[in-house]
Amino acid sequence: MSTVPAAAESAKPVAIAPADVPVLRITPPSRWWALPVAELWEYRELLYFFIWRDIKIRYKQTAIGAAWAILQPFLTMLIFSLFFGRLAHINSEGLPYAIFYYSALLPWMYFAASLQNATNTIVENQRLITKVYFPRLDLPLSAVLSGLVDFAISFCMFIVLMIYYRIVPTPALLWLPAFLLLAVLTALGVGLWLSAMNAIYRDIRYVVPFLVQFWMFASPVAYPASLVPEKWRWLYGLNPMAGVIEGFRWSLTGRGNPPNSLTFVSAGVVLIVLFSGIAYFQKVETTVADVV
Amino acid sequence: MSSSEVVIRAEGLGKRYRVGERERYLALRDILTRAFSNPFNRKARPPKDYLWALRDVDLEIRQGEVIGLIGRNGAGKTTLLKLLSRITKPTTGSAEIHGRIGSLLEVGTGFHPELTGRENIYLSGAILGMRKREIDSKFDAIVAFAEVSRFIDTPLKFFSTGMQMRLAFAVAAHLEPEILLIDEVLAVGDTEFQKKCLGKMEDISHDGRTIVFISHQTNQIRRLCERVYWIDSGRVRQEGPTSEVVGTYESIGLLPVEGAANDGRCFLSWSINGHDNVVREDMSDVAFHFQLRLDEAISEGHFGLNVYTDTGTLLAGWGFDNVNIPAGLQEMIMRVPVLPFRPGAYSMQATLFNRGNNLTGGKTIEHWWAQPPLIVDTKPISHPQDNFAGLLNIGANLVVKS
Repeated sequence: MSTVPAAAESAKPVAIAPADVPVLRITPPSRWWALPVAELWEYRELLYFFIWRDIKIRYKQTAIGAAWAILQPFLTMLIFSLFFGRLAHINSEGLPYAIFYYSALLPWMYFAASLQNATNTIVENQRLITKVYFPRLDLPLSAVLSGLVDFAISFCMFIVLMIYYRIVPTPALLWLPAFLLLAVLTALGVGLWLSAMNAIYRDIRYVVPFLVQFWMFASPVAYPASLVPEKWRWLYGLNPMAGVIEGFRWSLTGRGNPPNSLTFVSAGVVLIVLFSGIAYFQKVETTVADVV
Repeated sequence: MSSSEVVIRAEGLGKRYRVGERERYLALRDILTRAFSNPFNRKARPPKDYLWALRDVDLEIRQGEVIGLIGRNGAGKTTLLKLLSRITKPTTGSAEIHGRIGSLLEVGTGFHPELTGRENIYLSGAILGMRKREIDSKFDAIVAFAEVSRFIDTPLKFFSTGMQMRLAFAVAAHLEPEILLIDEVLAVGDTEFQKKCLGKMEDISHDGRTIVFISHQTNQIRRLCERVYWIDSGRVRQEGPTSEVVGTYESIGLLPVEGAANDGRCFLSWSINGHDNVVREDMSDVAFHFQLRLDEAISEGHFGLNVYTDTGTLLAGWGFDNVNIPAGLQEMIMRVPVLPFRPGAYSMQATLFNRGNNLTGGKTIEHWWAQPPLIVDTKPISHPQDNFAGLLNIGANLVVKS
C-alpha cells in the first residue's frame, strides 16, 4: 500500500490501475518460431530453481555424488590413453596422452550428458507440464545448464593434470569461453530436437545412447582432426562438436589447430540446429500437455 | 465490494482433442508399420476422431469475484482452467486476463521426494509462480501453517502423507496472485486443516483477489462463491447467482422418480410461503402452499407429502387423515416449524386420497411429483465436509469441560 502514490490511494477501492497490470492474451497456437525472450526473462528465477533442483537431485541420488564428475572423464582418459595411445599410437600432436584426451573429454562428456538429460526432461516432468504453466523451454535449458557444474568439477581435475605435466596455457586460453558457449549451444540445439521428439516418440530415448556413441567417433575425441583427409575436412566441420573439441584442445594447450574455416562451419551449423530446434520444440510444446 | 473491472474475459473459447490420444504417445514402431504397410499412401492413417472438450465458452469475471465452476465429471471444467492458466492452448476463441494469474490444479505440484521440506517449499513455490524474495518472507508462515517445523530439513520421502499434504497446502495457501484458479484441491486433507484452508481462501477473496474454483461439493460452492458457471458437455449451460444455478444443477438429477405423468389433474402448483420453490431460512416456520383444482369434493380424505433426496432416500414425510376440501380452485397450506435439511435440491411427492387413505381403501386422486423441486438454499452449518455432513443441517457447538 505504501508504494501507491497518494493520488491513487484516494481514488476509492480500485486496487489495480489498468496501466501497470500485465495483460495476458490466450489465443490458439501461433508464432511458434519466435523465441519468447521476455517470458523467459520473467521466469528467470524458475530456471534457476530448475537448475538447482537438477543438481541437488543428481548428487543426492548417487553414493559418491560429485566425484563422478571427475571419475568418468578420468577413467575414460586412462582407457583411451592405453588403447588409442600406447597400443594404436594415435598422433597426439605432441601432447601427453592424458592431456590430449582429457581436454577433448571435457566438452564431450558435458555434451553427451546434456543430451541424455535434455532428451528425458519433458517426459520426466510430465506431471508438472500438465499441472502448471511455465515456459517449457526452461526444461531443456536447465538440463543443459546444470551440466556445467559437472563440467566445472571435472575442469579442476584438468588443472591438476596441467600442473602435473607442467604445461603452461597460452593466450589461446582466452578463447575457451567462446568454445564453451559453442558447446552449450550445440547441446541445447540438439537437446531441443531430442526432447521434443521424445515427447512424441518414446523410442528416441533408446536411440540417444547409440547416437552419442556414433557421434563420438565422428568427433575428434579419440584422434586429432588432422587425421581426416584434407578434402573431407569441410564435411567433417558439419559436425559442430568437431569444431568445439578442436577448439578446446587448442585453447587449453596451445597446440593443434587454431580457429579456422572448420570452426566457422561448426558455428554456422550450431546456429541452424539451435533455431530450428527452438521452432520445432515450440511447435511440439503447444500440444505437449495434451500428449504426454 | 467487487469493483467493476473485468479481469478475465473469454470469447468463444474452445478446445478440441483428438480421440484416441488416450494411447498417450506414439511409438516409432507404429509410424513405421503404417508407412510400410501402406507405402504409397502417406495419409493412410486411422481416421481422426475429434472431441470438443470445450466449446464456445464466454466468460466475464470481475475483480474480487469468487466464481464457482460446477458440472459433472468430464464436462470440461478442468480443461477450462487449463486454458485460462495456459497449460494448454485453445483451439478456437481467445481470452484476456488482467493481472498476475496463479493456478492450483493439484496439491504438491513440483514436490520431489529426495529434497527436504525446506527445499520443496522453495521449489514448489517457484513453480507455482512465487518469487524467491516472496518465498523468503513467507517461509516461516508457511512452515507454521503446515505444522511441520520439526521436520523441515528432512527429505520429503520421510514425511507421512498427511504431512506432505499439509506442506503442499501451506505453500499453495500463501500464493498471492491477483487471480487464483483452483481445481478441487480442497477436497482432501483432514477437517481441521480443510477449515483452515477455506478460511485462508475467504481471507484471500476479501483482499479483492479473484478466485475461480471447481468443486463437486456444492456446499463448498455455496459457502464461498457469489456466482457460478455450470459447464455441461463443454458448454456453459447456465451462469448466474450461486443459489439459482446450484439449485437447478442439483435438481437436474431428481425429477419424477417413476416417470409418472404430471398432468396436474388436481395439484396445479406449489410454493414456499407463496413465493417460489426455495427455502432460505431453515430455522424458521416454513409454509408449503398448494394450489389445487378439484373436480369432486374431498371428504374424510388423506393428504400426504414426502420429501426425497437425490438418491431417492425418503427424508421426511407428513400425512393427514380426515381432510375435507370443497370442489373447485383451492389453496392448502402446510406449516412446518423447522426444515433443517442440508442445502440441496429435493424431489417432493404430494398425494391426495378421497374417503380414506391408502390403507383403508381410499380412492387415489393423485400422486403428484411436485414441480419445480424443492430447493434448500441455506448456509451449511453442520460438518464442513459434504461427505460427513449427513442429511440434516443442524449447527452445534462444542464445549470441553475440564
